[in-house]
Amino acid sequence: MDIKTIIICGVGGQGILLASDVLSDVLLNAGYDVKKSEVHGMSQRGGDVISTVRYGEKVYSPIVGEDEADMILAFEKLEALRNLRLLKRDGKVMINDFRWDPLPVATGTLKYPEDIVERVSRKTKNYKVVNATKVAEELGNIRVANIYLLGVLAKEMDVKREIWEDVIKKRVPQKAVDVNLKAFAVGFEG
Amino acid sequence: MRKLLSGNEAIARGAWEGGVHFGAAYPGTPSTEILENLAKYEEVLTEWSTNEKVALEVALGATFGGARALVAQKHVGLNVAADPLFSSSYIGVTGGLVIVTADDPGMHSSQNEQDNRHYARAAKLAMFEPSDSHEAKEFTRIAFDLSEEYDTPVLIRMTTRTSHSKSLVELGDRKEVEVKGYQKDFHKRNLLPANARVRHVFVEERMKKLEEFSNNFEYNRIEWGNREIGIIASGVAYQYAKEAMPDASFLKISFSYPLPFKKIEEFIKGVKKVIVVEENDPIMETEIKAKFPGVEIHGKDMIPMINELNPRIVKKALGVVGESEKVDYGEIPPRPPALCPGCPHTGIFYILNQLKVTVTGDIGCYTLGALPPLNAMDTCVDMGASISNAHGLDMALRVIKGEKKRIVGIIGDSTFFHSGITSLIDLVYNKGVSTVIILDNRITAMTGHQDNPGSGKTLKGEPTKEIDIEKIVRASGVEDVITIDPFDLKLAKKVINDAIHKEEPSVIIAKRPCALLYRKIKWKPLKVVPDKCIGCKICIRLGCPAISFRDNKAVIEPFLCTSCQLCKDVCPIDGAIVPDDSMDGLMIRDLWDLEKELKKSKEEK
Repeated sequence: MDIKTIIICGVGGQGILLASDVLSDVLLNAGYDVKKSEVHGMSQRGGDVISTVRYGEKVYSPIVGEDEADMILAFEKLEALRNLRLLKRDGKVMINDFRWDPLPVATGTLKYPEDIVERVSRKTKNYKVVNATKVAEELGNIRVANIYLLGVLAKEMDVKREIWEDVIKKRVPQKAVDVNLKAFAVGFEG
Repeated sequence: MRKLLSGNEAIARGAWEGGVHFGAAYPGTPSTEILENLAKYEEVLTEWSTNEKVALEVALGATFGGARALVAQKHVGLNVAADPLFSSSYIGVTGGLVIVTADDPGMHSSQNEQDNRHYARAAKLAMFEPSDSHEAKEFTRIAFDLSEEYDTPVLIRMTTRTSHSKSLVELGDRKEVEVKGYQKDFHKRNLLPANARVRHVFVEERMKKLEEFSNNFEYNRIEWGNREIGIIASGVAYQYAKEAMPDASFLKISFSYPLPFKKIEEFIKGVKKVIVVEENDPIMETEIKAKFPGVEIHGKDMIPMINELNPRIVKKALGVVGESEKVDYGEIPPRPPALCPGCPHTGIFYILNQLKVTVTGDIGCYTLGALPPLNAMDTCVDMGASISNAHGLDMALRVIKGEKKRIVGIIGDSTFFHSGITSLIDLVYNKGVSTVIILDNRITAMTGHQDNPGSGKTLKGEPTKEIDIEKIVRASGVEDVITIDPFDLKLAKKVINDAIHKEEPSVIIAKRPCALLYRKIKWKPLKVVPDKCIGCKICIRLGCPAISFRDNKAVIEPFLCTSCQLCKDVCPIDGAIVPDDSMDGLMIRDLWDLEKELKKSKEEK
């Protein structure tokens, strides 16, 4: 098979790196060669964060350039837009309908784009907008938003559900296993 | 067993498997996790050194005693360590010595894009260039044996993408190596000119032998494919090229100095046209062209020299794909990193911005004080430069040009230990009068919270002597020294203002722990009372990520606010910013008390 590329992006502090760790474990358990790349350093200071996960029979590069990613999972709306140049024409984008103002917007210097979804559609019609915060609140634990988003991603991938569930069980705190599996199910079945 | 490891984890593992006894480093992105991971192995003694030069000298000392040692630093860190690096080449080793340089093409978090493969040539040292985590582990392990066999320190050149990407590694066992012990060898280790002249002859001989090693090294590998194009590549650039043109012939360079010219000759003869794919400078290209004049060899005429590469850029350069289709995404506001909510540095930069002084800056989280809306740092050069830059600028403006004093140097605690101390002594010695602010947040924060001489703990987590910055400053000859709590804005403003108007050197230590040291705490946030907020935007000027401005009012994001209360202090309206009593939690301002801390440290003495 060809090498597939998934990009998970968002804002430092949103749990991007944990999510891409789970994704990498899942792909390894599914028998693929996996490479994962991320940029550290500024991530805790509210900057944008991107993690690239690539898998296939044999993966060479850990990163991609323009028009090369198959899917983008954006934990924040603006970050979906920022990384869109990396997406293949008509690749898939899953956008969490969550707005986190960058500093130039917070200080009133620049405007947060109101038409993000329309702009995304200029590159691909394969997009989906979800609301992880709402789902997590309904499940009574705001921390499960990440796992819900991985459920949304998993639905678009060809990996057995049991493999995902096994990794999630190992990665999340013992007492939160049930609620995380529920969050994953909502994303996967939704 | 196979495991997904980052390149940095793999280096630590490779060192452990290679029988390393000792590791030293100063943290720096993208190299930091190498020592953090090495410290997890019980068999290895590790330390955070005060700077990279010290780290290399300490490691070299360990090898004098016959221990195997590893040093790691970011690319610019090797500049700091360059002096002992060049000497170590002549001295060679007793226990194996491996020196990792983690370069940062693309400058994700660095001040330049220097290519440290030049150091192998300049200092005449062996160099490996891994292209993934497995190679990083293997080459590190192999490097220790090579180092002892050829009596040479060995460089391993990582880059951000090999250090911070994860790939599968086949794990091995540790090879137990005995610490040989010390035997005096004056002619080898004392580089008096008479000895050094003899050692230089040895170095040149060694390089010839290392070229033979390079020719025979199995990871310097020819992969025959289509003979029309032959690609020579090293490091992660090999992976990009392999993906761009999988069917071409490849010469993968893994041991990149000295280059394997016999293998290169064989490869060049076997293909029609050669393209060297390397990130940043044309180093292999230049050497290969010089060795084989008249052969069609391409390189930087096709591959960009500036910024990091990726598979797409290489594909475009090789003509595999055309230009990307242009899509108009509209304006996308940038998301620059910012000082955290509750950061003890924020208030100081807010004051410096108000005072309109000239600020020479330094390297750390606090460099973010240069960005809007704080805009309070004029220069950022290298570790420790804040103080020496301030002094030089003061000499030019005040002493030579006759202007009034107006320079403030600003530096972090770890950076002060790294190389601010010598600059401060220079300033006092040479009759400088600049004001220096030391932002002491009790940790090396930017690289992810490493301990330092001021934090009272070692890399292994053991308690140790806590070095007193104020005492060092006083001993350096500065008489006007004061330690303040940076959350006390009124006092801070008065102290800084007084200091810059006095024609004598002064040091202000702004002491309070990094907000991220309290990461697990639940905060009771502040909130804006909309009816009282007059929309003056003064609080916005703090640049706090928890505060935004919407519908002409300030808004505080409750999940980000730590209740440092700076916004409340700068707000001109009483009662416009108040604690949010609907939420339970602590307030970061209450968790630390300078007076108590000073009393405690006095009692301990």
